[in-house]
Amino acid sequence: MQTWNYIEYAAWGLSALFGLYMLVDWFRTDTSYSEDVLTSSREGELEALTEEEHKA
Amino acid sequence: MADIDITSKTMDGMGPHGTKVGLLRVLGPAHVWALGVGIVLVGEYMGWNFAVGKGGAYAALIACWFAGILYTCVAMIDSEVTSTVAAAGGQYTQAKHIVGPLMAFNVGLYLTFAYTMLEAANAITAGYLISVVATMTGYEGALDQRPFIILSILFLAWLNYRGVLATLTFNLVITAIAFVAILVLFVSTSGIIGTGIVQHAALFEGHELPYGWIGVLAAMHFGLWYYLGIEGTTQAAEEVRSPARALPFGTLAGIMTLLIAATLTWYTCSGVLPWEFLGDGVNGSVAPLFDTARLSGSNALVWLLGIGTLFATLASANGCINDASRAWFAMGRDKYLPGWFGAVHPKYRTPYRSIVFLVPIALIFALGAPLDQVITFSILSGLLEYTFMPLNIILFRKKWPMGSIKRGYEHPFHPLPAIVLLCLCGITFFAVFLGYGTQLVAMIGFYIVVSLWFHFWRYRFVNRGAQFTMPWPKPQGY
Repeated sequence: MQTWNYIEYAAWGLSALFGLYMLVDWFRTDTSYSEDVLTSSREGELEALTEEEHKA
Repeated sequence: MADIDITSKTMDGMGPHGTKVGLLRVLGPAHVWALGVGIVLVGEYMGWNFAVGKGGAYAALIACWFAGILYTCVAMIDSEVTSTVAAAGGQYTQAKHIVGPLMAFNVGLYLTFAYTMLEAANAITAGYLISVVATMTGYEGALDQRPFIILSILFLAWLNYRGVLATLTFNLVITAIAFVAILVLFVSTSGIIGTGIVQHAALFEGHELPYGWIGVLAAMHFGLWYYLGIEGTTQAAEEVRSPARALPFGTLAGIMTLLIAATLTWYTCSGVLPWEFLGDGVNGSVAPLFDTARLSGSNALVWLLGIGTLFATLASANGCINDASRAWFAMGRDKYLPGWFGAVHPKYRTPYRSIVFLVPIALIFALGAPLDQVITFSILSGLLEYTFMPLNIILFRKKWPMGSIKRGYEHPFHPLPAIVLLCLCGITFFAVFLGYGTQLVAMIGFYIVVSLWFHFWRYRFVNRGAQFTMPWPKPQGY
């Protein structure tokens, strides 16, 4: 067994960790917050605020 | 959406309120630079040299500069429009506000495919580079590249998932190292410091234009590789602190950096490597800057350019994940795709569902498709996007002339850059047709089919008010 074989296994392991982290966090987030909150982002928010401040 | 007043007498639309969780505005001009240059710089490390194979070293230089003009036009046009349309989605959002829904849907797909395919190509390259390192360090046999390909994609997706500031700060550092490596190689081999090893006259003699002017035309296809992706800076529009300043500054500094890097790369590599070897990117010089460093006889340069190649590859994949996910997210938010994709992570403030959704797609292409086909699909999607840009800016200036809305940057000599860009796109389409005609026709066919699907089915779900969220006056003629 050469060093590079261990590095290969490490790469598989790290890949699994990163993938799992995202999936678990995704699941936790989706179950902790309502869909209304998660998808509340609106385009043009900054522009609208600037426009209102300008008018005021 | 009830909170958008599209009947306003004075304004064409009014930005909506009610965002509880939105993308975070934390980026500055340096991050914009890192995003644009980071995506592209890998093209200097590998890929551009196929242009040498198509028409010789001079043809590659001509293609480098003509493609440079094309992308300078792209950068100027993008800087003007995106400093005004400062929202995630970049050219997709521009198309939505300026042209219309069908164009926006197509541009959104061009963007997502171009970046996801480029990400896959970068991951393949990273796997290959690591296998080269293994061979150089004495590993016997063939290293399994798959775990490294998968790790590249998943690590960078994780980084993107966790937050945009860390993602693009990481890109800034590795992109700067990769750029400095090119400068150091140029200085070391050109004779500015120590003895120069470049021999242009000897290497070019009798091979000035081996395939004549048609070779120059064919080289244009890979000339794009020097700059492909600089337009990605626009995807950061909703996350920069000052869009009107940071986007034009970062984008224009980016194209200037790339013009320097591209010319230095051509000069250094073509002066050291014979054109037949340099132009064969499969069996000859896969990574020309690295091969030039190896011929320099300096171990320090070999290590520096080796690290530069790997960093440029990772920076490109990282920027591509960032950009593809923003385009996909913006389309979801406007219901051009299911609204589920328009979610933002409440803690990390990233479009997390779009990031995760595109991971398996990138993995399928990275593990199951040949590199040249993946790259060609990316280039063709990019080319379709560049063809849209001149039409976009002409319509933008016509509908909202100078003075009617505030622009962060006004590009000079309009409509000359738009016309030049359109002509160069036409030439490049012909160049691509010469080498990859079947793929070009197949891809245009694909976009026609999805356009029909959008028109006859998907459009009924689209949030039509999203077309009027910018607080602009009504366009002229409407």
